[in-house]
Amino acid sequence: MKPYVVKIAGEAGYGIMSAGLMLNKVAMRSGYYTFDYSEYPSIVRGGHNVMQVAIDTKPVKSPYLHTNFLIALDQDTLSKHMGEVVKGGSVLYDSEAGMDLGKHNGLHVFDVPLYKMAKEIGGSLFMKNTAALGAAMAILGADGKHLLDLISDAFSHKHEAVVRLNHEVAKAAWKYVQDHHFESIRPALKPRKRSKKYMAVTGNESVALGAIAAGLQFAAIYPMTPTSNILHVLAEHQEKLGFIYKQPEDEISAINMAMGAAHAGARSMVATSGGGFCLMSEGYGLAGLAEIPVVIIEGMRGAPATGLPTWTEQGDLQFVLHAHQGDFPRIVLAPGDVTEAFYMTMDAMNLAEKYQCPVVVLIDKHICESHESVLPFDYKKYSIERGNFISSKRLAYKRYAMTASGMSPRSIPGVGNHFVANSDEHDEVGYSNEDSQNRLDQMHKRMHKMEVCEKKDMQKPVLYGPKDAQTTIVSWGSNKGSILEALKHSSKVNYLHVTWMHPFPSDAIKKALAKTKKLIGIECNYSGQFLSLLKEKTGIVPDDVLLKYDGRPIFPEEILQKLRSKS
Amino acid sequence: MKSKPIQSKKVLTSSKLSTPNPCNWCPGCGDFGIWSAFRGACIEQKWDNTNTALVAGIGCHGHIVNFVKITAFEGLHGRAIPVASGVKMANHRLNVFVFTGDGDCLSEGGNHFVHAARRNQNITIILHDNALYALTTGQASPRTPLGQKTKSTPQGNIDDPLHPLRLALASGATFLAREYAGNVESLKDIMVKANAHKGFSVIQVLQPCVTFNKLYTHRFYQENTYQLPKTYDSTDKVAAYEKTLEWDFKKIPVGILYQEQRECYEDKFPQIHKTPLIKKPLRKRSMTKLFKQYM
Repeated sequence: MKPYVVKIAGEAGYGIMSAGLMLNKVAMRSGYYTFDYSEYPSIVRGGHNVMQVAIDTKPVKSPYLHTNFLIALDQDTLSKHMGEVVKGGSVLYDSEAGMDLGKHNGLHVFDVPLYKMAKEIGGSLFMKNTAALGAAMAILGADGKHLLDLISDAFSHKHEAVVRLNHEVAKAAWKYVQDHHFESIRPALKPRKRSKKYMAVTGNESVALGAIAAGLQFAAIYPMTPTSNILHVLAEHQEKLGFIYKQPEDEISAINMAMGAAHAGARSMVATSGGGFCLMSEGYGLAGLAEIPVVIIEGMRGAPATGLPTWTEQGDLQFVLHAHQGDFPRIVLAPGDVTEAFYMTMDAMNLAEKYQCPVVVLIDKHICESHESVLPFDYKKYSIERGNFISSKRLAYKRYAMTASGMSPRSIPGVGNHFVANSDEHDEVGYSNEDSQNRLDQMHKRMHKMEVCEKKDMQKPVLYGPKDAQTTIVSWGSNKGSILEALKHSSKVNYLHVTWMHPFPSDAIKKALAKTKKLIGIECNYSGQFLSLLKEKTGIVPDDVLLKYDGRPIFPEEILQKLRSKS
Repeated sequence: MKSKPIQSKKVLTSSKLSTPNPCNWCPGCGDFGIWSAFRGACIEQKWDNTNTALVAGIGCHGHIVNFVKITAFEGLHGRAIPVASGVKMANHRLNVFVFTGDGDCLSEGGNHFVHAARRNQNITIILHDNALYALTTGQASPRTPLGQKTKSTPQGNIDDPLHPLRLALASGATFLAREYAGNVESLKDIMVKANAHKGFSVIQVLQPCVTFNKLYTHRFYQENTYQLPKTYDSTDKVAAYEKTLEWDFKKIPVGILYQEQRECYEDKFPQIHKTPLIKKPLRKRSMTKLFKQYM
């Protein structure tokens, strides 16, 4: 069984995204699992906004190509999405807005005068989404209380009258549906019992929450789609929780500020997208050479240049693996969903301090901005690790002392220890030093840290599905969701999910893929960047590949089609 | 009879500031004056590894971190100011000094200079102004005068020079001073005052490059600078602006051009009013309340 997919769409600026999230939350509060996915252009007003919510009684982890219920707030929506509605599906549209429904054989049509109704109650054009939600809830047989609660929460910062007006509009639409369409109501959101409360979070939110949970002290983030919501969450909570979020003048400043704060002893992070990371790449190498712990969240979007600002892609992997001149220690992690994004951000905070190097958490727009319903994250087992960190005066202190592990004692200014954090090659104190032997010693010391990390902290890939499958899929990042959905519909396929990009778990992958009969590589970029890495590190080349780079994530249907094709 | 234990003198002597590294600036370089003035200020003010942090950019100026035994961060070309901003926000009890050059601060790092001034961050910028690029062997900088021939302007410089104090004033800096590197005692006093000032302080140090700059020599500055008169009102912003316009033979004012009392940036974060950011215990946070927002 595929999930029940509701799609709401209309002109940008009319609250499509917030209506979609309310829909998601009503479903979640009604006891269902949800996953939503939004598409929107890089403009504030006037473009076409779409949000789809996949609803299921089992966990659902990706969007689908089909639509069961289309909520059309404008003509554009009908023209673009009517063809996606499955046979026996439903369409709700504004019946008195001069919209042409077009062909609708075999569909249940709910013609509700959304705007007219909102206006009669005293609402504005902007409330037609509230009317649509009210009508949709009635059509789907949901508990109306959930929607009213969500409206109260959403407008809690506004005047009480705004809440009341929205409530009235939602109720009127609800009643209209009951009065006019009672016989065709489909109870897809009939309340189900569930003992635990779930959260609907995006990757951006789980990264921010993970950082806060892990004791974040300083973040400098310049706004950039698709990671701006990370800074929104951090900015909101900074005063109460006692950390600092700072919007700097550019990404160059962001990473240098974060390094300055880390040098002074604060747990620090930055977040950006590929374009901002371009500007950060000079700081990235400095963090490597001067051994400064900093966490870098990189949310990929369609590239290069400004590219596809509001669409997804996985085209920055080779960039973050190789950015900056020369060789230096770096850790690159790639979570595959909101849950992994939370825990890996927490881990990144520890790894950065432990190995005194930059740690990149590589996500993409699809993880950043899609809500998944999950249980509240449980991080009881997590403990803060600061590595070889020294906050008191030491005799004969040497910041870059040669040690067996490669990790030297890291101190901070103001505690009496003298050292230089130096972007020049340096000696054990940190003074500039260009001697041959010193260069070799410091280089070996730094690079050795990655060998230790590989042994002590690197995570193995995870195999999902049956052990003895006919076909194995190897992939990474946000593709995880669609691949796991596809696995639900094909019993002879399994999936190897890789989350560590550097260091790379070559041996574990080789072992996991040793008996594979047929290997398919899947990723969202033109050149197969992960598959190149796989070949480089293990020699493994998949039998077939599925690459996508049109800004859309890979859908489960596309994977199933690939699995059926004989190549 | 018990003998009194000998108490170690807790005064900072200049040897405590010394590092094992031989100074490698060219003999006669203006940087020696800045170095001497800064060491003098450290001794006088007891700036040391318990209370002070240095940040430097890349250029001849940046070598100073190898010659002063106070914990330093020598970062990337042009990026000293954001590093210093980060240090100060993380631990605002530290005296934070930025050593930067005219190329470092005004060319590669121009954006950071403008924005840190705008924020009025409580740090002191010591701008080693030699009016060209020296470490890269003598190309034009944003301070090179019109017409001057350098390796990058063999036909004569056609780019108008920037005036850092005018730029800083327009950007919101609250302490502006200028001194010639040879006036060590006066420069030391200015450094002390700049650090005592709560806000973004800029000291433009006229620093002769004896190797590449044949125009702005020691003699040039000795003959063409004048001390601002005692009657000069450094709180008058318009007068300060007019002073920043003066740059001519016999007409280069030195001293404190401008000082304004305005809330500094670090005072605007309620979360660090009582305790510096890094002095709060680093703990895993409870998220129960925050998670509820997403349910």
